[in-house]
Amino acid sequence: MYQPLNRDQLAARVARDIPEGSYVNLGIGLPTRIANFLDPEKEIFLHSENGLLGMGPAPAPGEEDPELINAGKEFVTLLTGGCYFHHGDSFTMMRGGHIDICVLGAFQIAANGDLANWHTGAADAIPAVGGAMDLAVGARKVFVTTDHVTKKGEPKIVERCSYPLTGVGCVARIYTDLAVIDVTPQGLLVQEMVPGISREQLQAMTGAALQFSANCQ
Amino acid sequence: MIDKTVATAADAVAQIYDGATVMIGGFGSAGQPAELIDALIAQGARELTIVNNNAGNGDTGLAALLKARRVKKMICSFPRQSDSYEFDALYRAGEIELELVPQGNLACRIQAAGSGLGAVFTPTGYGTLLAEGKETREINGKHYVLEYPISADFALIKAQHGDRWGNLVYRKTARNFGPIMAAAAKVTIAQVSEIVPLGALDPEQVVTPGIFVQQLVAV
Repeated sequence: MYQPLNRDQLAARVARDIPEGSYVNLGIGLPTRIANFLDPEKEIFLHSENGLLGMGPAPAPGEEDPELINAGKEFVTLLTGGCYFHHGDSFTMMRGGHIDICVLGAFQIAANGDLANWHTGAADAIPAVGGAMDLAVGARKVFVTTDHVTKKGEPKIVERCSYPLTGVGCVARIYTDLAVIDVTPQGLLVQEMVPGISREQLQAMTGAALQFSANCQ
Repeated sequence: MIDKTVATAADAVAQIYDGATVMIGGFGSAGQPAELIDALIAQGARELTIVNNNAGNGDTGLAALLKARRVKKMICSFPRQSDSYEFDALYRAGEIELELVPQGNLACRIQAAGSGLGAVFTPTGYGTLLAEGKETREINGKHYVLEYPISADFALIKAQHGDRWGNLVYRKTARNFGPIMAAAAKVTIAQVSEIVPLGALDPEQVVTPGIFVQQLVAV
């Protein structure tokens, strides 16, 4: 028997891999939660694409400022030493390789690192992309956080994405509620699994071939 | 003496004509020049092409302009939001055109227009639906998509303080698209909370130099 990580555990697991001094963009949704688990003793620079660096936590009730928001249009604060800038500069940071790590959500990830996370391709869907494609190509390392399978139990890690792509071959590492998987030139390499799960069980829930590092028994 | 200030928002938008392309600053409602948009609705120009990151939130500002059916086409990166119902209804009814642009490409295409560049090769969107049919090029082993500038007849932006020469400073994340749109439009109209005397803005702190601003109004 095994227990999948809950969302806070998954966020905390990603947070462990973010070193002090990193410039980091956390995508909307689960990735945003990672901020709650960063070690407060470490100075980590959070970037938000609407134009701030050194983003702090949500303000106290009554302290909200409608002109101080994050990319998800939530109220935030600015840490001492933080700064504001316009969209040209913000996307220079993102596209120019200045952001060390971005963490994005996913509909699907392919074995070669292709990412699909912006559009289901459904005929009646109103498409919206925001900064996802810029982060996918521009950040030095793209991490993805996702449930290992969909609510219907279908694999989200697949041989080829069937949803429209966000970026080609851009994902470096996948954190799911069951495993940590690196995308390598040789394929998907499982680095960690939740206790109690077998290699066969994990492979059965994955739509692409997995290799396992020595510490995954 | 040069004085770019005008008395009212209505005076500022009086020259906007039917069919114009209008950039509107703001990311959601932060930095949205609400008073200028209200004046534009009252002024009545229609068949507009609007460039904004989003496609309106709630019932005010850009959403109200959409509701008044003044917009023929939206160029934006993220139209679909929890409160974008005015845009959603027009889009589903086939009554508005949408050009969806990744946010960074929106920014660099606006910057290209303001900088006088003919086009940009951008890595964003390569290999995706949003690059289909576009010219691509491999440069130093990386793949790029050719994207053309987005210019405008008018830009409506919001800043915090301005002077009569049009120098502007902004407030917090309300800055967003203001500085780059100011450079990309033939006529940039800025609404500010206060017009300060010439010399009151620290020249080291000016974000948008007045050369990019044609009119400003205190609201």
